[in-house]
Amino acid sequence: MERIEGLAKLTGRERYVDDLQVDGALWGMTVRSRAPRGRIREIRFDPAVDWSEIVVVDHRDIPGANEVLLIEPDQPVLAAERVRHVHEPVLLLAHPSREVVRRAAHAIEIEVDPEPPYLDVSVPPRPDQLQRGEDNVFKRLRIEKGDVDTALARAARVVEGEYRTGAQEHVYIETQGMLAWEENGVVFIKGSLQCPYYVHKAAIRALGREPDGVRIVQAATGGGFGGKEEYPSMIALHAALLTLAADRPVKIVYDRGEDMEATTKRHPAIVRHRTGVDADGRLVAQDIDVVMDGGAYVTLSPVVLSRGIIHASGPYRCENVRIHGRVMLTNSPPHGAFRGFGAPQTHFANERHMDVVAAAAGLDPIELRRRNLLLDGDETATGQRIVDGVDRIALLDQAVDLSGWREKEAAHAELARTDPWLRRGMGLACFHHGAGFTGSGEVMLASRLDVAGLPDGRVEVRSANIEMGQGTLTIFTAIAAARLGLAPSEVAIAEADTGRVPNSGPTVASRTAMIVGRLVEEACDDLRLRLGLPADARGEEIRQAVREHARATGEETVGRAEYEPPRGVLWDDATYRGDAYAAYGWGAYVAEVEVDLRTWATRVVDFVAVQDVGTVLHRTLAAGQVQGGVAQGIGWALMEECRWKDGAMQNAQLTNYIVPTSFDLPPIRVHFGETPWPGGPMGAKGLGELPIDGPAPAVVNAVARAIGVAPTEIPLTPERLMDLDRRAEGRHARIA
Amino acid sequence: MKVERPRALAAALGLLGDAAAPLVPLAGGTDLLVHWPVRPDARTRGYLDLQRLDELRGIRWSEDALELGALATYWDVITDSRVGAEFPILVEAARQVGAIQIQSRGTWAGNVANGSPAADGVPVLMAFGAVIVLESRQGRREVPLDAYYSGYREGARREAELIVAIRIPRRAHALQRFVKVGPRRAQAIAKVGLAVARSEEGWRVVAASVAPTVRRCRAVERRLEERGLPGSPEELDDALRADVAPIDDLRSTADYRARVLARVLFDATRKGGA
Ligand SMILES: Cc1cc2nc3c(=O)[nH]c(=O)nc-3n(C[C@H](O)[C@H](O)[C@H](O)COP(=O)(O)OP(=O)(O)OC[C@H]3O[C@@H](n4cnc5c(N)ncnc54)[C@H](O)[C@@H]3O)c2cc1C
Repeated sequence: MERIEGLAKLTGRERYVDDLQVDGALWGMTVRSRAPRGRIREIRFDPAVDWSEIVVVDHRDIPGANEVLLIEPDQPVLAAERVRHVHEPVLLLAHPSREVVRRAAHAIEIEVDPEPPYLDVSVPPRPDQLQRGEDNVFKRLRIEKGDVDTALARAARVVEGEYRTGAQEHVYIETQGMLAWEENGVVFIKGSLQCPYYVHKAAIRALGREPDGVRIVQAATGGGFGGKEEYPSMIALHAALLTLAADRPVKIVYDRGEDMEATTKRHPAIVRHRTGVDADGRLVAQDIDVVMDGGAYVTLSPVVLSRGIIHASGPYRCENVRIHGRVMLTNSPPHGAFRGFGAPQTHFANERHMDVVAAAAGLDPIELRRRNLLLDGDETATGQRIVDGVDRIALLDQAVDLSGWREKEAAHAELARTDPWLRRGMGLACFHHGAGFTGSGEVMLASRLDVAGLPDGRVEVRSANIEMGQGTLTIFTAIAAARLGLAPSEVAIAEADTGRVPNSGPTVASRTAMIVGRLVEEACDDLRLRLGLPADARGEEIRQAVREHARATGEETVGRAEYEPPRGVLWDDATYRGDAYAAYGWGAYVAEVEVDLRTWATRVVDFVAVQDVGTVLHRTLAAGQVQGGVAQGIGWALMEECRWKDGAMQNAQLTNYIVPTSFDLPPIRVHFGETPWPGGPMGAKGLGELPIDGPAPAVVNAVARAIGVAPTEIPLTPERLMDLDRRAEGRHARIA
Repeated sequence: MKVERPRALAAALGLLGDAAAPLVPLAGGTDLLVHWPVRPDARTRGYLDLQRLDELRGIRWSEDALELGALATYWDVITDSRVGAEFPILVEAARQVGAIQIQSRGTWAGNVANGSPAADGVPVLMAFGAVIVLESRQGRREVPLDAYYSGYREGARREAELIVAIRIPRRAHALQRFVKVGPRRAQAIAKVGLAVARSEEGWRVVAASVAPTVRRCRAVERRLEERGLPGSPEELDDALRADVAPIDDLRSTADYRARVLARVLFDATRKGGA
């Protein structure tokens, strides 16, 4: 099936928020603090500017609560007295000319009496850096199973390690933007976003309105990767406040610099492992400590931490597991959702550590994993019994075979003997990713979705889940068409407009195809029922019944679905025990790298990605998700680095924040195991995030084997690798 | 903002000579216009667009020189097979500038005038002993490229002057090497750049991104002339220390730049010697 919006994107006809021309609209602009922490003393307006021309909004103009409501209400829409990070919004400006409003923003000085910022989570905060409780901890979580201390004491070998991962910028192609206007007393906000109802919830709170006083509409969205999960609420509120103050439509579109500086990034993390193995290399204890840098406000940090710790012990069997996690307040801009949501950080640590454990145990990395991978019937760290029919050892074997691991290792040894500078190595990672919200999250969301019969005999899927390049429109169309026996052209997908579609939840957490896709099927079934048709009615029968119903009643028939958890899925949030996710995707990735010892640059030369995500709904889209995730993972592993100074990103330009180009990527060979999962549409599980979990450890493990170093931190830039290599001095000073 | 678009060089030089209304020359705009949205001052000054000056276009060959007109682009060089045959590293460097959009708009003269220490065009030109031809209403003068820069983004060009051509002497080369060490394999700014050429005039070694300007490495050249090829990268360290002064910045570290420069230089000279 063709991608629904593919042609419009390919031909440039798709209209993103920046393309929407609105008569009389003003350009909005945000003025930010520039200090990492402190008390606002004075705001000075340059008298050279004619301020009467410019709409100026501050915190006093907020009709409702000064909160960007999400999990906690701690983040202000506009700072009132204090600022907690360098890009904290303080004032909003609007003017018909973008040029004038830019200049005006430069003509405002915000004077802040500085207070000591807390910026480095590897050291505890000093008393004068405390801003939350007595330790700046946003959230602590723990998972306990068995008796770790006894098991460590009895283990044949205990292996320790500390691993670090850096912040990562999403680099969606379209920067963030919002357009707001008021119509018949309703505030409309349209823009680039993943979660219409998150924006809606924040907007009614801050604007002090009833739910029907605000309407959120998604515009075509050019990529998200989690970066448009929470921050769009901020921009939406800013645009709305300006439109209320100006009584004109207002558009705010960030340029790349502002977007990179001010919006969220992946949480940096430090993960410590203490692992006990028996004489055969079987895991007997995993003691894991996870610390994340949450930035200045809570945003989504508690749930990022939650997913992080749940995945921290990897797809392995171990009777004794202790995982402690905490996410800290720091004075950098809030870190937030990013594809993988905490799991890539902990998987990097765990899979890198598994290679270290293998070396200590005298096993090769493949064998160590084969001995420890979960078998059906085994339990995870939270005590979830995994029985999904997936053969995880077979996935690993397949990845190893496809990569040509054994033959290549021999060739690599030969290369090391003959070439003065080039070294190659193979690296591996095994990992898993839970699909959908964690724990009881989906039950609390209680997503709803409608499928309506239209008068012309077509049907319309009404959901709040959005297309951002990943294929939602195509997948929903395919699922509904298959369920009702209609052609894809007979299925329409409604615009994600909170005034028209029910809340089917956010487009995040690898949940859209699996959870919401299942709701599409159920709503189709409900539609059939409401049309008075038998359960096997398809195609022409549906078409006719839809048309007749509309003619007879003058109304459309609407099939409805509401989420219900699969039977037997139980989670206890108090003890962090139970079924953390209804289903998991499983992966085994192998990277082959080449390190050039002239420059310590690493090139990934081959990549095999084997995963089981249940039934694959669309081959091209699924392979695209995997290849994109691998590319993003390679970038995070080797080059994407946020350079911080005093809580500000120094390299907020695409010239200096380096993402991989097509020349930097290997062939990415994608293979799917397809063990159907009965709870998902046509047997599908979630796929979106899984592919970002494996590449970094696979690549770094390969570098470690190529030149005999033990990296613990990413991005593993050439500069870092040089330092590591020099510490291991002398072993390859051989010159031809 | 004012943009002048003269059709003749004489008219352009006339406009540029008017000290009361200073103009900034604009060739491909690939350096000048990058910061347009965020630098209000870029939008208020006057520009002299060179694009209509057909006299400055293209590549000319004479018996003893290859002359790049001031509007000659990277693409002009890439697509000229004679350049590829005689000055292969000129093509190699051109191919590593940005991607095709930049290669087809960006000019060699713009690269020289812009004066970035990380430029990719300048090192190869300097290694070939290129001469910069400057012209104003007062007349022409020539400055060897290795004497052109006086400091970070400071060049010999006076405000009333245009670069009208770059002249590259045609010498027989025993060796030509260009190495760009960037943070990725395309669309990158050099962390270390190197151009090496060996002709009857001897060694020419030029390094980029390791000093405030692209730098000719005379101590290294002397070292190579007097003592022949080095046995290890470290043997080049003393000479390099005299020639370059790398720093820590957003893109790399001084330590990395120094070590990598020594290694790629060592490797480049040895490969040529073979
Ligand atoms: C995406 C991107 C990638 C890039 N990649 C690279 C790269 O890999 N390597 C690299 O070296 N550079 C790179 N650049 C920088 C730029 O493309 C080059 O320096 C290019 O050669 C500049 O030429 P131009 O004609 O566009 O110069 P312009 O931008 O027009 O001018 C640059 C400067 O030179 C002056 N000038 C131009 N022509 C004359 C003249 N005839 N006489 C006097 N002064 C003049 C201008 O006043 C200005 O100060 C990149 C730029 C971009 C935007």
